Amino acid sequence: MSSVKEVDDRFKKFGTVSFTSITKTNDFIDYLEKGKVMGTRCKGCGLIFFPPRADCHQCLAGNMEWSEITGTGKLVTYSKLEFAPIGFQEDVPYCIALLDYGDYKVFGRIADDLSEQDIEVGMQMKTAVNTLPNGQLNYVFQKS
Amino acid sequence: MSKVAIIGVGQSAFVRSYPGSIRELAFEGFKEAMQDARLTTKDIDASVICSAPEYDKQRSPAGVFAEYMGLNPQPTFYVESLCSSSSMGVRLAYSLVKSGLHDVVAVIGFQKMSEISSSESQERMGRGADIQWESPFGTMMPAYYAMFARAHMEKYGTTLEDLALIRVKAATYGQLNDKAVYRKPVTFDMFSDPENRMSGPVASPLRVGDCCANADGSSCIIVAKEEKAKALCKKPVWIMGLGAATASVNLAGRDVFTGLAVAQKAGKQAYEMAGVAPKDIDVAEVHDCFTIAEMMAYEDLGFARPGEGKALVKDKATYKEGSIPVNVDGGLLSKGHPIGATGGSQIRTIVLQLRDEAGDIQVKDPQIGLVHNIGGVGLYGNVTILAR
Ligand SMILES: [Zn+2]
Repeated sequence: MSSVKEVDDRFKKFGTVSFTSITKTNDFIDYLEKGKVMGTRCKGCGLIFFPPRADCHQCLAGNMEWSEITGTGKLVTYSKLEFAPIGFQEDVPYCIALLDYGDYKVFGRIADDLSEQDIEVGMQMKTAVNTLPNGQLNYVFQKS
Repeated sequence: MSKVAIIGVGQSAFVRSYPGSIRELAFEGFKEAMQDARLTTKDIDASVICSAPEYDKQRSPAGVFAEYMGLNPQPTFYVESLCSSSSMGVRLAYSLVKSGLHDVVAVIGFQKMSEISSSESQERMGRGADIQWESPFGTMMPAYYAMFARAHMEKYGTTLEDLALIRVKAATYGQLNDKAVYRKPVTFDMFSDPENRMSGPVASPLRVGDCCANADGSSCIIVAKEEKAKALCKKPVWIMGLGAATASVNLAGRDVFTGLAVAQKAGKQAYEMAGVAPKDIDVAEVHDCFTIAEMMAYEDLGFARPGEGKALVKDKATYKEGSIPVNVDGGLLSKGHPIGATGGSQIRTIVLQLRDEAGDIQVKDPQIGLVHNIGGVGLYGNVTILAR
């Protein structure tokens, strides 16, 4: 019998380097593994959150349900990085970006197969799960 | 109502690699401010120490500094709001003095960034954003500000050339500032020369020349109540307006990408408190960590209408002789940006301007000055209005 308690640190799998391992939104990772990018919706007041969160600041309820990010969002802005912080150098160059879905926005990366000429502010893009070369999971924006 | 004044200012030289420890670095700014105010440590009732964490190994620097500055047994406070820490420190000092709790408060900002490498420092700064949901994508400050630059260009037709003009202006004055880390001239042509370092890519659309440099440095601002200020100081500079605001850390929670909502809100608060309008400002220091940040500041503070900031720098309105001189000490782009010391350095410049003691960069007869200091990517915003 081991006395070591099992730790639910699924979130360490998020992104090239995760700086968080334990969160009440750990199920986000399970959904990524199933190919789904999820936000949360407050069952108390209906507010939608992306990034997902466990607590609603509007009605103070802790009663969330998962809701999938579907359809397309408008590219608000982006930047292509030629240098990277420590831990991310292998990924260079890559683009970080923001999509506006209307009720919420999503911050992430643009898919590597899109060159900068193909990217235009205002274009419609969709959010898709992506497996990184180091086996970690994130999501990227693709041309819709 | 009793007023609150600044009676002493100081800063160290901002340098690439300070040859001493953090307490010794902080002492340089403190010593200059104490000499400026002609005070002894017994005159200081409390200290406020300001920095961003994780650049050096010291936990709880306030206690260490209080001892090294000779400020035991007076109480000390530690204030942190990333790059706006020392403006936030002055806001705290104001409230401590205004409440009657303390009469004279020393606000000491510092940062020794050279203890870690540049890519480590990018990682630290990136972690000043949302570490759970953004940092795993490999974020860093230049890229975040680049996203604002892109949005500004898309909406208003701002160009890289417009941004380059801001760096050229900064370098014009940086050459005159013997405390600046970057003192070489920068010309407009450097940005179109692919061989020149200034035109090198960092995070599109921003280039090397659009970004300020890391530096080691310290600053100190001494805040006092009206009666003490009048007794101790020949040229007190009065704190007329203070504004402070926060915004969503994750960009997904923001609505504005062509300006910083925190600057707009903090500016409005400060103008209202001081009873002045943007046209009344005679000299300003704004947080130009990147060229686009200064452009947005022109607009967020009401010096120009949204989208029209570029005309200010093209027409040289923000030069020393212009209608609204901005960053005539070289700004962060020339001075360097030692996070926790930056706000204090900006305030020092405006205080010297209002005392007519700014030397080569003295603006003609300024009555009212403004300091705009931003923490993170518009996460924290502080605006301070000062008058002679
Ligand atoms: Zn709710």
